[in-house]
Amino acid sequence: MLTPEILFAGLINGLMAGGIYVLVAVGLTLIYGVLHIINFAHGSLLMLAMYAVFFLWRKPLGLDPYIALPVVTAGAFAAGYLLYRALIGHFSHGKDENTLLITLGLSIIIDNASLFFFTGDTQTIDVPYAGHMISLGPAFVALPKIVSFVAALIVCLLLGLFMTRSDTGKAIRAVARERQGARLVGIDVERVMAISYGIGIACLGAAACLLMPTFYVSPTSGHAFVLIAFTIVVLGGMGSFKGALFGGLIIGVVESICGLWLGEQLGQIGIPLVFILILLLRPTGLFGAAR
Amino acid sequence: MTRGGLPFAVAGGAALIAYPWAFTSNYAINVGFLVLFAAYLGQTWNIAGGFAGQTSFGHVVFFGTGAYVSAILHVTYGVNPWLAWPFAALAGAFVGWLVGALSYRAGLKGSYFALITLAFAETGRILANSLPITRGGLGILVQADPRAANFQFRDPIWFYYVALALCGLATFVAWRLTRTRFGARLAAIRENEDAAQALGIDTFREKVKCLTLSGALCAAGGTVYVQKYLYIDPWIAFGVDKSVEMLLVGLIGGAGTVLGPLIGAGVLHLVGEVTRDLGNMLPWVTNAQPLSIIVYGAVLIAIVAWLPDGLMGLFGRRYSGERRA
Repeated sequence: MLTPEILFAGLINGLMAGGIYVLVAVGLTLIYGVLHIINFAHGSLLMLAMYAVFFLWRKPLGLDPYIALPVVTAGAFAAGYLLYRALIGHFSHGKDENTLLITLGLSIIIDNASLFFFTGDTQTIDVPYAGHMISLGPAFVALPKIVSFVAALIVCLLLGLFMTRSDTGKAIRAVARERQGARLVGIDVERVMAISYGIGIACLGAAACLLMPTFYVSPTSGHAFVLIAFTIVVLGGMGSFKGALFGGLIIGVVESICGLWLGEQLGQIGIPLVFILILLLRPTGLFGAAR
Repeated sequence: MTRGGLPFAVAGGAALIAYPWAFTSNYAINVGFLVLFAAYLGQTWNIAGGFAGQTSFGHVVFFGTGAYVSAILHVTYGVNPWLAWPFAALAGAFVGWLVGALSYRAGLKGSYFALITLAFAETGRILANSLPITRGGLGILVQADPRAANFQFRDPIWFYYVALALCGLATFVAWRLTRTRFGARLAAIRENEDAAQALGIDTFREKVKCLTLSGALCAAGGTVYVQKYLYIDPWIAFGVDKSVEMLLVGLIGGAGTVLGPLIGAGVLHLVGEVTRDLGNMLPWVTNAQPLSIIVYGAVLIAIVAWLPDGLMGLFGRRYSGERRA
């Protein structure tokens, strides 16, 4: 039975998972808002970042995922920047279905290259604090989940500050708002776009570090996150930061409550259903501007 | 196919009918089946994705519906699979109508339509994975009883001809789309939906009709899959891989062309086989399968970037039927 205690525990666990989702979705929504690219490779790139965390943790380096966070985030930024410059930028000016197909092709390549090089085995990392439980009221939550929740929100806050306070952030917002006008006032639009894509992927790097202590990685790990991230972004409104924040937390809770209510198998239906309903009933999402 | 295309069609059809007599090994016939079956599914994608410009990322939802409807009717309720077949197509038509009516009523196009089809396919997979009637993740096993009356054949040649017949049917439907007013209306919608609407075309109705047709045909393929492999599970029926394969077959050959999916399926399999063989020659490669799929991904990017009309575009307009803008 769903007692209030169980519901409360589900709510807390959902919120904790939602923190990571926020981080993944913020990257996706930023890329959409600035570049108007629906980045289908988002899940695959997250999976790659998770492998990076795994290999850094493994001998001989033995780097703790939390210590690796700045390294992986910076590496993800560089990878995203280069990927945009080398590939995506060339194809991003056509029809949006085309960029969707290009990023789909990219995700096929990444997934199968991972399968080829890393095999299909599921990899996990062992950290001493993984089993550490903290009680929050009647609910017990694993310490890494709390850390990931708090850290994800801090990263989002920093990103928000960066976007509103720094010159680069202002340039990004200018490009998102009015590409032609930004070019006219002397903003290097191509560079700003590559930076935006890099930041979007950097969010995935941070998410990967926060995920790995409680999650696993295999070449198909990204799949689970693709639909979740798209659902959040559509729910919150394409391109909206606030939307990604609230959407991520809502979806985390929806997933957790559906799992409790409908069971582990059928409970997964919550996310695609929310996705379909939002697209059908309110495609602009909670905070999105009209398309 | 253009006005002068009839001799080509007859020659091509004759070659495909003669193929199992020229290449008699089970291996060759199975490869032929796989290519024709992929071409068939790709053509059903092409009818919506190519001719009407409704790029779907979740076409497998129709395939899976057809596969499960006929498997459940046959295994659980003892219906003869030949009889279950039209019901599978009917169920596919219904799902096509439902997806179309809902998505188009909400005005979804382009990427949004692609994403919602993906979500419908995922919904199908989760339902198949959790409902008792589909036996969850275990899947449904069809008892082997190779009699033609049972839609099971001992000789693989018969499934080759089933796939060929389906392929011929879908190609005929696609060809009709280049000749009928319905097809012309779909082309108008693909090129410029607002203009089509302004010309008085009921774009909602035409798009729903198109997806219903595509869904019915695709679902019919599901039955053939179940009868050939005697097994279906949620990942085979609703996995994203098959959606992507249909889309690849349709795009590589040339979206919105009559013969595109046949060319696409042939080229895709050829490229896949060659890559696998080359990969297996390398001493340090243990599993070359992912390599061929990496090549698929690269081919997809290359096609979208440089050959938007697909391989049929290389032949010029004359043989590519309707041209994509």
